[in-house]
Amino acid sequence: MSTIQVNGVEHVFDGDPNMPLLWYVRDLLGLTGSKFGCGAGLCGACTMHRDGVAIRSCITPVSAVEGAEITTIEGLHGQHPMQKAWIAHQVPQCGYCQPGQIMQACALLKTTPHPTDKQIDASMSGNICRCGTYQRIRAAIKEAAEVSS
Amino acid sequence: MTRIENVSPAVSRRLFLGTMFSASAFVLAGGRTFGYQESRDVVGYIADVETKIFNPSFWLGIEPDGTVLVVAHRSEMGTGIRTSLPMIVADELDADWTKVKIEQAIGDEKYGDQNTDGSRSIRWFGEVMHEAGASARLMLERAASKEWGVPVGECKVEMHFVVHKASGRRLGFGELAALASKETVPKITELTFKAKSEYRYIGKDIPIYDLNALCDGTGIFGMDAVREGMVYASIEHAPVHGGRVKSVDDSAALLVAGVQGVVQIPRFEAPHDFKALGGIAVVADNTWAAFEGRKNLKVEWDSGSNASYSSDTYRAELEETARRTGKVVRNIGDVEIEFSKNDNVHEAMYYVPHLAHAAMEPPAAIAEYKQGKVTCWAPTQNPQAVQSTVAAAVGVKKEDVVCHVTLLGGGFGRKSKPDYVAEAAILSKELSRPVKVVWTREDDIKFDFYHAVSACYLKAAVDDNGKPTAWLQRSVFPPMGSMSDEAARYGGAVEMAMGWSDLPFEIKNHRAENGPAEAHVRIGWLRSVSNIYHAFAHGSFTDELAHKAGADPKDYLLELIGEGRILDLESEGVHYPNYGGPIDKYPIDTSRLRHVIELVTEKAGWGTRKLPKGHALGIAAHRSFLTYVATVVEVAVDGKGKVSIPRVDTAVDAGMIIHPDRVRAQFEGAAVFGTSLALFGEITATDGAIDQGNFDDYPVARMNQAPMQTNVYIVESDAPPAGVGEPGVPPFAPALCNAIFAATGKRVRELPLSKHGLT
Repeated sequence: MSTIQVNGVEHVFDGDPNMPLLWYVRDLLGLTGSKFGCGAGLCGACTMHRDGVAIRSCITPVSAVEGAEITTIEGLHGQHPMQKAWIAHQVPQCGYCQPGQIMQACALLKTTPHPTDKQIDASMSGNICRCGTYQRIRAAIKEAAEVSS
Repeated sequence: MTRIENVSPAVSRRLFLGTMFSASAFVLAGGRTFGYQESRDVVGYIADVETKIFNPSFWLGIEPDGTVLVVAHRSEMGTGIRTSLPMIVADELDADWTKVKIEQAIGDEKYGDQNTDGSRSIRWFGEVMHEAGASARLMLERAASKEWGVPVGECKVEMHFVVHKASGRRLGFGELAALASKETVPKITELTFKAKSEYRYIGKDIPIYDLNALCDGTGIFGMDAVREGMVYASIEHAPVHGGRVKSVDDSAALLVAGVQGVVQIPRFEAPHDFKALGGIAVVADNTWAAFEGRKNLKVEWDSGSNASYSSDTYRAELEETARRTGKVVRNIGDVEIEFSKNDNVHEAMYYVPHLAHAAMEPPAAIAEYKQGKVTCWAPTQNPQAVQSTVAAAVGVKKEDVVCHVTLLGGGFGRKSKPDYVAEAAILSKELSRPVKVVWTREDDIKFDFYHAVSACYLKAAVDDNGKPTAWLQRSVFPPMGSMSDEAARYGGAVEMAMGWSDLPFEIKNHRAENGPAEAHVRIGWLRSVSNIYHAFAHGSFTDELAHKAGADPKDYLLELIGEGRILDLESEGVHYPNYGGPIDKYPIDTSRLRHVIELVTEKAGWGTRKLPKGHALGIAAHRSFLTYVATVVEVAVDGKGKVSIPRVDTAVDAGMIIHPDRVRAQFEGAAVFGTSLALFGEITATDGAIDQGNFDDYPVARMNQAPMQTNVYIVESDAPPAGVGEPGVPPFAPALCNAIFAATGKRVRELPLSKHGLT
């Protein structure tokens, strides 16, 4: 039995403690904004925040986030400056990786409000976009950084 | 373990169950169908003949509240097509875009072709959308003219209203819906179309319909769809293509918490087409339990004849074949005579390995079998193929299969083959419950329909100026046709037409050939298909000849193309499918190819821009999917062989453009896709089994490896619209490798670059 906060709501989980957070959130809580891309922490499509820090939920067992505050893309309610910047730059193509990209970008700005290109690369290179929207992701992050300052 | 049925009802509300149009909507009624019989080539990839079906009654409707409902019958996988086609309807109708709602069509042949593939949605259906919008507009005007008792010529649609200028009367679309529904559908000859200057949406960068949903997590992909009472399945496939189960021990799998059962899916019977591969399915309460159960399966396989497939030896065979005379697909003059007279020859062998699609969303689908009928929810490029494949898999009629199309987390050609939906249907019939099949990334990489591995041999004789007097090119690859005919060894006309039977150069003696190769894995089309290896070969070879001649590669390329002219391949006896576009409407016009080369080199500062040390430019140009593209890549290579791409310039002539921003996005993305395949893309087999399995051993470009800046220049044109999803890919790899040669003096004839100490 473990207690997890997801987007401010407390949930009690009594299943397999090894189940990755991603599958708990997607299959059992029905929040499907966080995506399954690789199951191995290689692509970032599953990125969520644990106490504000970006994590790969596909390799994070539910047992490891006991008592933590988890935020998923749904927890940003479409109102986050990062999401607005994403919309302004029409970043998504297929869109599948974008929730993970946005969560990663939000975590970046929390620690680095005005990232350089190198810092953006360092933080974002764990998130794959097969459609190839990187150029717009970079532009959106810079715009969100400006708006937030 | 919480069972899936106990999850809150919020989940099931998110199903794709929308019925098309409410009962009270004005729906354009009456039917007319303009049908061209489609003839299919190579398991349905490219039809030789354009399919065009027009029946406005299923394209749009108007609700009494004024909402205009437009059907999107093509699949959204990132091109923006779910927005672009409805935009045309809305524009021609002069509807208020904010009052337009888009409904995704189920698979139904009444829509004509729905296989969202081959970069053809706009060019095949743009006109139909204009006609649907103009028909509805005229019906609304006629309804208003009757209501007001004034001539129809005095009633004009204006932004969601019909207006009678003289009296100042106005009626909204919603108010007129019931009356307009009584009008007969006009004939095409009665329709009028907006002038280009009158467009509100066409040619403008309006936000894609799904933009918010794709940024806030509410967009529903196939992986996200749910059905009440469904179970989850993960399937173990034979590691070697065509393998059969020898024995299964599922005792440990069944002990895993949440696992409900293990089901064997029979191996496909040849030919494979899009059938379920067959395998051992672990069925469970949730995805994770299914994965865990599967890890505990013990399966022994009888691998069969493909166990002899190993990429190293296969490569040697391909290259050997490429050195022997093959089947002639185009011939001008006599290359052999010229080679016997002129020994100033240059030859090269190019090699591109298998590639996997690796769309971010691995294949996933739900099927629900109930009393001889099947309902599917799938991220599919081809819902009609879902109908026929599923029908055959579970023994029902095609009409009894309903396929709801979700958003696709990428497609690139993989998701037009619905084997994974057939798996869900087979399991649902067996279990009498809705079943969701989820592929892992490893399943996706190891059981793809791979881009064909290829060897291309080129030989040219050159005159004293370094200009070719003879040009021989021979490509060898396992053909896509092997999926429907195991005996197929040669490329089909469609594969040859992709950059091989249509070399746009002015050379007196030219021969294009194709050699035989046997497929040992599933072969399929991947974004731009055979153009990838064909453009890599002749785009690189042209550059090699330019350097040999001591010429500027851009000038040399233009010289080979020669004066602007129309290529007449039919008169040379070449069967040229032309990407399903009529050749008179879409001729091969070398002046347009010349133009994009001139445009891109000017914009990129070719020969004029001062570049930092270690940087250099490379160029390649290619016509594919009826679109002309020229790309200049700036590369930087450091002392350790580290490759970076500071800038890419691409000029595109795709005829008339509907949504410029989405066109730019496709070409920005194509540069990244091209980077992936050029730098890292390689799928290999050892003893028949695929060696790679995830993004660690099958890397694709990440942000720090992708081009830093891609500039896209769209040629303003009133020519008929052409393709945009694929044509950005082919020129990229040769342009990059040509740039690497310019920077380092190292010529790479084999992809990926990572095998040559370049990463």
